[in-house]
Amino acid sequence: MSARRATGGGLIDRSQPIRFTFDGKTYTGYAGDTLASALLANGVTLVGRSFKYHRPRGIFTAGIDEPNALVTVLKDGVREPNIPATGIEIYDGLTAESQNRFPSLEFDLAAVNQLAGPLFSAGFYYKTFMGPVIGPLKGTRFWMFCEHFIRRAAGLGRAGYEKDPVRYEKMNAFCDVLVVGAGPAGLMAATEAAKAGKRVILAEQDPRLGGSANWSGEEIGGKKATEWAEVKAAELTALDNVQILTRTTVWGYYDGNNLAAIERVTDHLPAAPIGVPRHRHWSIRAGTVVLATGALERPLVFPGNDRPGVMLAGAAERYAREFGVLPGEKIAVFTNNDSAYRAAAALKEAGAAIVAIIDVRPEISPAARALAEQAGIAPLTGHAVTDTVGKRLTKVMVQHFDAATGRLSGDPRPIEADCLVVSGGWSPAIHLASQAGGAPVWDGKLQAFLPPEPNQKWVGAGAFTGALTTAEALSTGRDAGLKATGKKASRVKLPEVAAPALDPFPAAVFEIKAKGKAFVDLQHDVTADDVRLAHREGFVSVEHLKRYTTLGMATDQGKTSNVPGLAIMADARGLPIEKVGTTRFRPPFSPISIGSLAAERHWRFKPDRLTPMHDWHVKRRARMMEAGLWHRPMIYGEPGETVEQAYAREAAAVRRSVGICDVSTLGKIAVKGPDAAGFLDHVYTNVFSTLPVGKARYGLMLREDGIAFDDGTTWRLGEHEFLMTTTTANAGKVMQHLEYYLDVVWPQLKVHVTSVTDQWAGAAVAGPNARKVLQACVTGTAVDNETLPHMGIVHGEIAGAPVMICRLSFSGELAYEVYCGAGHGRHVWEALMAAGEPFGITPYGLEALGALRIEKGHVTGAEIDGRTTARDLYLDWMLSKKKPFIGSALMDREGQIDWSRLRLVGVISLDGRPLGGGAHIVEKADGNGLGTSIGHVTASCYSPALQKYIGLALVRGGKARHGTRAFLSDPLRKRFGQVEIVSHHFFDPEGKRLHG
Amino acid sequence: MLIPCPHCGPRDLAEFSYQGDATRVRPDPASTDMKAWYDYVYNRPNPSGPHREYWQHSGGCRAHLVVVRDTLSHEIISVAFAHAGLNTAEGRQ
Ligand SMILES: [Zn+2]
Repeated sequence: MSARRATGGGLIDRSQPIRFTFDGKTYTGYAGDTLASALLANGVTLVGRSFKYHRPRGIFTAGIDEPNALVTVLKDGVREPNIPATGIEIYDGLTAESQNRFPSLEFDLAAVNQLAGPLFSAGFYYKTFMGPVIGPLKGTRFWMFCEHFIRRAAGLGRAGYEKDPVRYEKMNAFCDVLVVGAGPAGLMAATEAAKAGKRVILAEQDPRLGGSANWSGEEIGGKKATEWAEVKAAELTALDNVQILTRTTVWGYYDGNNLAAIERVTDHLPAAPIGVPRHRHWSIRAGTVVLATGALERPLVFPGNDRPGVMLAGAAERYAREFGVLPGEKIAVFTNNDSAYRAAAALKEAGAAIVAIIDVRPEISPAARALAEQAGIAPLTGHAVTDTVGKRLTKVMVQHFDAATGRLSGDPRPIEADCLVVSGGWSPAIHLASQAGGAPVWDGKLQAFLPPEPNQKWVGAGAFTGALTTAEALSTGRDAGLKATGKKASRVKLPEVAAPALDPFPAAVFEIKAKGKAFVDLQHDVTADDVRLAHREGFVSVEHLKRYTTLGMATDQGKTSNVPGLAIMADARGLPIEKVGTTRFRPPFSPISIGSLAAERHWRFKPDRLTPMHDWHVKRRARMMEAGLWHRPMIYGEPGETVEQAYAREAAAVRRSVGICDVSTLGKIAVKGPDAAGFLDHVYTNVFSTLPVGKARYGLMLREDGIAFDDGTTWRLGEHEFLMTTTTANAGKVMQHLEYYLDVVWPQLKVHVTSVTDQWAGAAVAGPNARKVLQACVTGTAVDNETLPHMGIVHGEIAGAPVMICRLSFSGELAYEVYCGAGHGRHVWEALMAAGEPFGITPYGLEALGALRIEKGHVTGAEIDGRTTARDLYLDWMLSKKKPFIGSALMDREGQIDWSRLRLVGVISLDGRPLGGGAHIVEKADGNGLGTSIGHVTASCYSPALQKYIGLALVRGGKARHGTRAFLSDPLRKRFGQVEIVSHHFFDPEGKRLHG
Repeated sequence: MLIPCPHCGPRDLAEFSYQGDATRVRPDPASTDMKAWYDYVYNRPNPSGPHREYWQHSGGCRAHLVVVRDTLSHEIISVAFAHAGLNTAEGRQ
């Protein structure tokens, strides 16, 4: 027998047995158990194999600082590796596996790595794989094989390949006071702030509030501490202005008192109820933060300190008092401070035998002596543990030890024990304060780093501040709550505490130097000798030490190992610890799920933008596609048609008779004011001040660096009023661009810009019969060539709804854009459809729109790609020489007019097969169809007008290559073939058709 | 980061768009001084400490703000409208 359930005690519910599986074997625990406590209760003390040496490892802690007991949980068909068993609440059907063992936990082949000790010492990877590979192994397959094997042997759990089917959620919250940690300090702070009427959020990583009150065995306010905590928790729960988040770890402290937390909503349940996420990510904006995060216990470093059965003393105390579990029958205690004596008394009370208390100090406090008496043993002061024995612990070796010099003397003698609990002192959990900014301060009495001076709005309380007693936790907690509220007088009475008067200060002993592997970082298998090796090889700064040995870089982020590692380096350098420094803590405080960070994907707040004609398109069986946030018809397919057949039919109908297309998504910006025309002259490369009222003009915008930015038509509706249209994709960017210049560069201009994209519905009516369609339905204005010439604008009505019609063409045909109020959009659209019926009017989608514009060689975002200039696109004719405009100063720099730039051309497939957008164009192709790229295809389609597969391309030299041949090279899609380079004006280059 | 917009009050960073260094000055539109243009478009100091920059409250009132921000601590030292006219009561009417 070793570990077992105690006959009584603990906060678990013995009336609720729970069955779970570990490594294929079924066990029973109780409600309130963690996987770790339930395994110990079942006598399971070997739970994993170590990272590099595959040494057997047991449960070392009772919380998030656990370095050893990492398991893989199988749930919802997904494997989640590397979860500390100390943080898993068991539920019926929980299935977990140990990790890093082959073929089994008991018998692990890779444990031979231990014999190859020096091979795996610090810097192993750097020396082996980064350095020059010597001799015949260099670059050989054998070497690659070895590397693969070694990398596989050293590692943690294996992730699954399955898609995570579970939901994650995000939440934003605001509060006056955020209290992190619900131990005695946090409970007092939250109560004080709540009673002052503040909005309070209290976050606790454990399922139960109370923190150390649940395992201290002390009395608070005349009650058992755990009962006091229960009453406090109930009081807080009853208040409307307090939100309590349990199972919630605050893991990040960012600028502006913005904190990140993860709430594990359903991990403790066999299955998530419908609609409830697994994890909830919280972004909390707090007026003031009370950091009551407690302290983490440190181990002592000595040979064999990693053997299953060795555990932190505070953890053992917690197992005994909170879980009613004994980690052993015959327990030895090894300590440099008083706190372990309380653990000894607790373990004794729960039914274990304390076989020894080995204390490095020559003298101990009367309170510690009294606790030793309760534990029924006389402490061995001035002694140290020098080794441990057994696969599972059977013996500890003990020797005389001088704490002042670190020297061992006398003969080692064995003490039989199946469990050794260890305490090396306590480190305040200052991680969040360090993230908030500022350097931690070394405290020589506590032998620990204390939090920095706050440079954000936080107040510390309890053990976090280095005040380790419960009485101090209560008073500093109350004070912190008071400070957070800004009030003078407290509303909360300080309860009395009945607790032994322990000495909070440890002896300055971190390591017992004796023969054997003494581990500093249990999770990454970093030994004290590795730290010294790093020192000898010159990696003496803390940051170098970390990277060279990987100390503190595992999933536990060195919670138990940082300070001991630092102390050993300080010793090697002959410097005090504070001179060696510490690393700055970064988020997250403990591991978080990627799902919680990516939760927006499951719950996005972005709108779906639908045009007023959307329902009509859907009813007409349009296949919709997303264009940014917009949903647009791609094709209106007939039964049995392919996409290509559908758009070819639609495009052909436009060229033959008439088609109609929903263009409501184009960006529309009202530009108004006495200086509007002058402003547009600055913004566009061409002149707008000369544009008569009632006419539209095609405009091009550049960026300041002379690169093309956006294009579109702008309509002059009045002397001081323009309607600018932009591409669908750039509507937001153009708006921001205009606002920037009006706010920042030319604030003196009297111009106002308003986005009116959603206010107007638009339909393009295009084709030789377009005018006839309008003539059949437009009233209040003529639409003949005289009244409505190319780029002219008229106002009238269609079916009683006011419309504005501009004659302009993207397709190259006689075409009009009909705009009306968005509310009339569908009504007007249907009237146009009815008027077009005699001409066989055909609705066309984005694919046909694309084919029509490629045939005409019109550019869009695929060509205005943030790299091309106006000249690259042969839009030189739009660059006014009469006035400066945005981009004019820099557009003609040497590099932007170089002959070798990629410029716009047309390409025709010579093998009768489609060209793919993004495919490279190469001058000469080798046997595999590859060659040096001279450019790429930007857009491609089947052209019904040419009856060929064509495309637009950006090719080095541009026009100079017209009439030449080249090769399409698209190894990704395995498409190779010959193309002819031609002018991008494939169809009707003189533009006769748009004049009808 | 929390930026106190003079229109809307303190708002989260997510509501704002960074619009660049506010110390640069655009040359006269007709200027052919290429050095001045390069400085305006490309060359930026990278100060450690207070920095004047434009932030547009794009998810709010859409005003461009001149924010003086400490690049070391992210402390917001001052905020004003970029459009000088908006910084007076008459200007806002
Ligand atoms: Zn605002």
